[in-house]
Amino acid sequence: MKVSLSVGFIPLIDAAPVIIAHEMGFAAEEGIDLILHRAPSWSAIRDRLSFGQLDAAHMLAPVPVATALGLGGGGVGLSALSVLSVNGDVVGVSRALADRMRDAGHDFAFDDARSAGQALISTGAELRIGVPFPFSTHAELVYYWLSALGLPAPQGIRIHTVPPPLMAEAVRAGEIDAFCVGEPWGSQVVEAGVGALLLPGSAIWAFAPEKVLAVRQDWAEAEPLLGARLIRAVWRAGRWLSDPGHRSLVAELLSRPGYLDLPPEGIEASLNGRFLIDRTGEMRKARQFIGFHEGAAGFPWRSQAGWIGHQLAVRTGLDRATAVRQAGAVFRSDLYRQALADTNAELPGASSKVEGTIAEDTQVAATHGNMIFKRNLFFDGSIFDPNAV
Amino acid sequence: MREKLSIIVVEADRDRALNIVDSLHEAGSYDIQVISEPTRLARQIEASRPDIVLIDISNPSRDTLEELALVSGPMERPVAMFVDRSEAGLSAAAIEAGVSAYVVDGMRPERIKPVLDAAIARFRLFQRMRTELAETKRALEERKVIDRAKGILMKSRGLGEEEAYSILRRTAMDRGKRLADVAEALVTAADLLT
Repeated sequence: MKVSLSVGFIPLIDAAPVIIAHEMGFAAEEGIDLILHRAPSWSAIRDRLSFGQLDAAHMLAPVPVATALGLGGGGVGLSALSVLSVNGDVVGVSRALADRMRDAGHDFAFDDARSAGQALISTGAELRIGVPFPFSTHAELVYYWLSALGLPAPQGIRIHTVPPPLMAEAVRAGEIDAFCVGEPWGSQVVEAGVGALLLPGSAIWAFAPEKVLAVRQDWAEAEPLLGARLIRAVWRAGRWLSDPGHRSLVAELLSRPGYLDLPPEGIEASLNGRFLIDRTGEMRKARQFIGFHEGAAGFPWRSQAGWIGHQLAVRTGLDRATAVRQAGAVFRSDLYRQALADTNAELPGASSKVEGTIAEDTQVAATHGNMIFKRNLFFDGSIFDPNAV
Repeated sequence: MREKLSIIVVEADRDRALNIVDSLHEAGSYDIQVISEPTRLARQIEASRPDIVLIDISNPSRDTLEELALVSGPMERPVAMFVDRSEAGLSAAAIEAGVSAYVVDGMRPERIKPVLDAAIARFRLFQRMRTELAETKRALEERKVIDRAKGILMKSRGLGEEEAYSILRRTAMDRGKRLADVAEALVTAADLLT
């Protein structure tokens, strides 16, 4: 039976899985008519989902976790059915700060979070950093990165919320000194000539859950079969997206006025992990910049949610063990497994793991045969064991 | 704690802002301030410490207000979005009407309700006006296209206006299409052929 589902998204490259599920017919294959709604802000998309105007949404991974922990404005319990994308953010600085860092000898190599962070801290600037939302992978990566290098968080770092399309303007107006934002909005800061890119998010954590497919928790419980169809449609879209041969077409589709409404060339460059880092024309290539499928990217690891919950607890003073447990329950690896049980998807044996232990892509045993776990190191070599909190 | 509620309305459009302020004044006696400049919104609001903030849901700067809702935020009186404190029906109605409200934690629902009722009514009216405007625009566009199609038929087949119109109508009915779509197709085809 054909069912219509309203799904919200924010105009970003990592909205690709839901857009492709619609455009390439993966949703139709599951008997779903996806009605996509572009949303103006993360709080709007969360509220429309909470109050039933949307059935599902492209959402920042920390939003459902924060809601479960009672943080922020949200009230209704949300569940993450799958991870839509890993990585995909960039960190950048204003031109003034970039000049000071270059003068002090930083090479802008775009791959070493430790040297870049130290160079940033040693400018002595009081850092005001723009992120898209208080509960975002961006904010968590920035806090993690700078506090691991000795800046006391949250006291030493001033995080400001700036909607992605306004990031370049905020840098130009001198309201922020640095930023962490999803593509293509970081590259837009460079295009506007007001800043330089410093790092890809993947240099801080090589396999960070970025966006999730979120639904209301009661919807997830009440509609398990429909949820499963949605998970499969988005999983197939992610698999299709991971083929490098499809990137030009993806860029064309995303560039349409109803989606990102931006030129396709820049979108394609970001999908390929290629960046113009400043106006002088220097290019950099980021490793594992954005992932939609490889390394079981869609699998909602309870330990990924646990890491987010732990980070939030540390900076807001909540009980850490409770936060990790509550957070873990938000990422529905159980529903994901059920949905993909009858497909040829390779699924990991466990639903939780120690994060940050895989230095190079590694083959592991999976449900049908073998699968590859991708590099998932934190830049400082530390690990996160949800059972040891 | 019977002092006037202080309300901030975030709205860049002056007429809309005045409309909202008027309807709030009708609902009760409030201390109302309008912010029209979206930059540094969180800090502007932090400085005035209002009891309630009303903002259009389609305003992207709304995300900056979430900072105020953080438990360990910079304000001593944390602001929460009203939705998790008041009646669910009211919250849903507000979201549907396109208004979001942030309210100081712990405020009694009976003090908030009249404010929200007034804001919701006003935003519903805005929404209706927006829809009406869009519909009127579309109707005008369609009439233009139909006129052009009629003209093409009249010229190329030497018909009168009535006849040209009835051919368009009949074709639309036979094909199960809208009159405007048939007219659009004819205009496009004619453009290609000339």
